[in-house]
Amino acid sequence: MTESADKGRDTSSVAQAFLDISVEAQRGEFQLSTKLQVAEAGVTALFGASGSGKTSLLRVLAGFDRATGSIRCGNEIWLDSEAGINVPTHQRGVGLMFQDARLFAHLNVAENLQFARRRAAKLPQIVDYDAVVAAFELEPLLARRSTELSGGEAQRVALARTLLTQPQLLLLDEPLAALDDQRKADLLPYLETLVREFSIPLLYVSHDIDEVARLAPNMVVLEAGAVVAQGTTAELFARLDLPEVSGRLEAHALLQGVVVEQDQHWQLTRLSVGGQELSVPLRARLVVGNQVQLRVRARDVALAIAKPAGLSIRNVLAGRLVELQQNVESPFAEAVIELSDGSVATGAALGYLRSRITRAAAAELQLSEGQTIYALVKTVSFDA
Amino acid sequence: MIGLGPIWLTIALACATTLVLLVLGTPLAWWLATTRSRLRPVVEALTALPLVLPPTVLGFYMLVLLGPASALGAFWVTVTGEALTFSFSGLVVASVIYSLPFMVQPLQSAFEQVGSGPVEAAATLRASRWDTLTSVVMPLSAGGFLTAIVLTFAHTVGEFGVVLMVGGNIPGETRVVSIAIYEYVETLRYGDAHRLSIGLLLFSFAVLLLVYRNNRRMAVRVA
Repeated sequence: MTESADKGRDTSSVAQAFLDISVEAQRGEFQLSTKLQVAEAGVTALFGASGSGKTSLLRVLAGFDRATGSIRCGNEIWLDSEAGINVPTHQRGVGLMFQDARLFAHLNVAENLQFARRRAAKLPQIVDYDAVVAAFELEPLLARRSTELSGGEAQRVALARTLLTQPQLLLLDEPLAALDDQRKADLLPYLETLVREFSIPLLYVSHDIDEVARLAPNMVVLEAGAVVAQGTTAELFARLDLPEVSGRLEAHALLQGVVVEQDQHWQLTRLSVGGQELSVPLRARLVVGNQVQLRVRARDVALAIAKPAGLSIRNVLAGRLVELQQNVESPFAEAVIELSDGSVATGAALGYLRSRITRAAAAELQLSEGQTIYALVKTVSFDA
Repeated sequence: MIGLGPIWLTIALACATTLVLLVLGTPLAWWLATTRSRLRPVVEALTALPLVLPPTVLGFYMLVLLGPASALGAFWVTVTGEALTFSFSGLVVASVIYSLPFMVQPLQSAFEQVGSGPVEAAATLRASRWDTLTSVVMPLSAGGFLTAIVLTFAHTVGEFGVVLMVGGNIPGETRVVSIAIYEYVETLRYGDAHRLSIGLLLFSFAVLLLVYRNNRRMAVRVA
């Protein structure tokens, strides 16, 4: 294992996790055997291909399907098969939003919302009805029949309805999967609103890595019913052993940046990525101080062993080569670079870049893991 | 002239039977539609039995079961002072058994058609199982309820064999329309038999028309 991989595991071993799952279940041929701790609030993506057990795990969490083992959420025990505890779904504080919305056809939009609101009336009101209606812009839809909504509208209502149950834990089951690209783009901002305005721990199930990159700072990768990797999304994007996370040909890394300057003269937006500067073509709608997530494709990153001069590429990020993977059957080598802040290593990773170079170049430069290196970034794309 | 007695009695019996079956049949149909128990096929078969058994067989067993010599019959006598056999109450009990599949099967199909989607959604919205049944599944099964009520009512109106076995032919107590027709024919009063028969025929046709307009498919099947 590489250092970056080990760091990925570290973040999961916090003493008192918010969500502590250790479940086993057999569904025909499929074996679910998941041990998972989710430490912090905020969004954690549950990522995996179809058949990896995401939905099975979700159904066990919601209490729909039986499993042995234990589930603890906050201070509540939802499942403890040894003690004979299996709290029924309606008594778990779990807000589950389904892929297919599942609005009640015999009720209109307002009545669907009231259904959840009435049943949560005696609970601590974390989520305010008016705030939810405003956040998802539901006012014009309230009197509509729930069968006459578009897919995206139905998902907005379902999201609001789920929030109004005052859940301790939100589970979103591929909320965008049933929508076409346009509706997806329409709904995504609402999901971001959800994350920003309502601070409820959220598990976001998805097989779409772009959604994960955009919405979830932390992620868990499931394969064949078991957790194969867990960590921050940026860390897992840098892992060479998880091709399904970062993509094979389109492999890219995620970086967090802050806008430090909008340079009108050169038409550039200057970003600080862990203390190092990165310039990109001016993005007019950004303002200084904005947090942005950047994507850098591996094939857009070249490597240099000394700080280069006399080069048209202006974005040069200093770092350490932490992993170099070469396959004799391929002309290419995959490199992972841990960015540093230029000064003495602080121990904390500021982000990772991936680079795809030829094996011939790697040999000529005598690249070896652990050495200091400069990443030359040609193009950067933004999330959102 | 024919009296209105048998008609009112028939309506009263059908109303009582339908009401009792609504109360008993709804939870039974809900259980059948949602259970994973291995007992389900057994209960389904028992529920469908009245569809295939000759009414005389059913009537015979009911007569034995409800008679004052049986435990149930004796208990009824001590509580109410009357025998269950050859009484209106006995007819209601017998009709409830006889018409059971006509209530349970349409409801079961309707509940199955609602499916697990809305049920699971309701559970995550903090609705208990009973709450889910009454506030989600039942409203979504309104068509099934209409079919079940109409079929149960009509089937009770049309029963003959069981009534004859359990209730006999006591005017004002157990002499329903079908029994009255039988007696008119026995006593060669064909005119009166015609009047009642055509009434029953038109009523049954109207009922089936209502059901078929409501549902594309007849919701009664044998197991």
